[in-house]
Amino acid sequence: MNGVHDMGGMHGMGPVQPEQDEPVFHHRWEARVFALVRAMGRFGRWNIDAQRHQRELIPAAEQLRMSYYERWLEALSILLVRHGFLSAEELATGDFVAGTDKLTAALPADKVPAYIAAGFPASRRSDRPPRFRPGQRVRARNLNPTGHTRLPRYVRGKAGMVDRVHGVFVFPDTNAHFLGESPQHVYSVRFDAQELWGEATTSQDSVHVDLWEGYLDAT
Amino acid sequence: MPSDPALRVMALESLLIEKGLVDPQALDALIEAYEHRIGPHNGARVVARAWKDPDYKARLLADASAAIAELGFSGLQGEHMMAVENTAAVHNLVVCTLCSCYPYPLLGLPPVWYKSAPYRSRAVIDPRGVLREFALELPAETEVRVWDSTAELRYLVVPRQPAGTEEMTEEQLASLVTRDSMIGVALVRAPPVAGAR
Repeated sequence: MNGVHDMGGMHGMGPVQPEQDEPVFHHRWEARVFALVRAMGRFGRWNIDAQRHQRELIPAAEQLRMSYYERWLEALSILLVRHGFLSAEELATGDFVAGTDKLTAALPADKVPAYIAAGFPASRRSDRPPRFRPGQRVRARNLNPTGHTRLPRYVRGKAGMVDRVHGVFVFPDTNAHFLGESPQHVYSVRFDAQELWGEATTSQDSVHVDLWEGYLDAT
Repeated sequence: MPSDPALRVMALESLLIEKGLVDPQALDALIEAYEHRIGPHNGARVVARAWKDPDYKARLLADASAAIAELGFSGLQGEHMMAVENTAAVHNLVVCTLCSCYPYPLLGLPPVWYKSAPYRSRAVIDPRGVLREFALELPAETEVRVWDSTAELRYLVVPRQPAGTEEMTEEQLASLVTRDSMIGVALVRAPPVAGAR
């Protein structure tokens, strides 16, 4: 979707404001949201692409106003109802409703280190050869899907060069909508800064973007 | 539920505990891991090893996931790693324009500025301007390479080793390497000479 989350190349957002000696979390509730998202993610009822898409679906003005962890909280709340962990009534009132499911498969504290160490690898085995090779010229397709995509607007229609073949990975555009993993090759594609931003840009600079095969055409 | 996020999170957590969906001690353990165990000191050890051991550096640049696993820093949001090396000619900068992807096992959780709209919007179109906001002015002839983490690869910048630190131990070198230098918004500085005024 062409949402405000797709920020590459926008102006008007103000200067970057680094904070000295920044804490990991600024408020305890941020830490709890972070942990809740991780703890609920282990049930596997949604995936990282669906989670990202849920955050993108927050109305644009709200998304810009909210802090990072407020967006996490909003998306988590919606996912919990949508995937049957909470009823809409429970979310609205905060009270447990008798008769709704109680589950007891919570992530135990002693399994947390193993959970963090395992992660969720997104690469998949495949015998399919890559369509493009390093050094090959490619063009990012001009796709404008209304659903989730990881093809940023600023590279659409632009020409670049394959720098590296990363291997085969789950395809977010289908996975986010529970339409299957549809694994595809992912490429690091180098775009010259002048191709992306015009001739006023420094000529030797570049942006490398990781793109799935379905986002690319041969030139 | 209340609109104030602090109260809302508390209500949500209580409800999920009551339903048996989360163990509050597991939440404590997750928070503890990222507040105290997992952070930029991990990435700094990888960089220091690469500076001291050319064979390790070659492995890191060829297959970062495997080389980083040698030191035990794999896992959540670092499942697939790429290391990019700063040289006299090339300066690398990492961003995620679409969300805020970041190599957790090596750098911990991202700072607010990395997740902010100003950084995400301008790092790709005006990297030199962004670096100036970090008080880093690069020579005009340096090539700036920006890495936008749009897929599941996570990026570690291997900064340049400062001159005059060749005799330092790996541990001493690791203490010089900052989070910002591994994102690419800073250089690593040599320590002030002891006793110098």
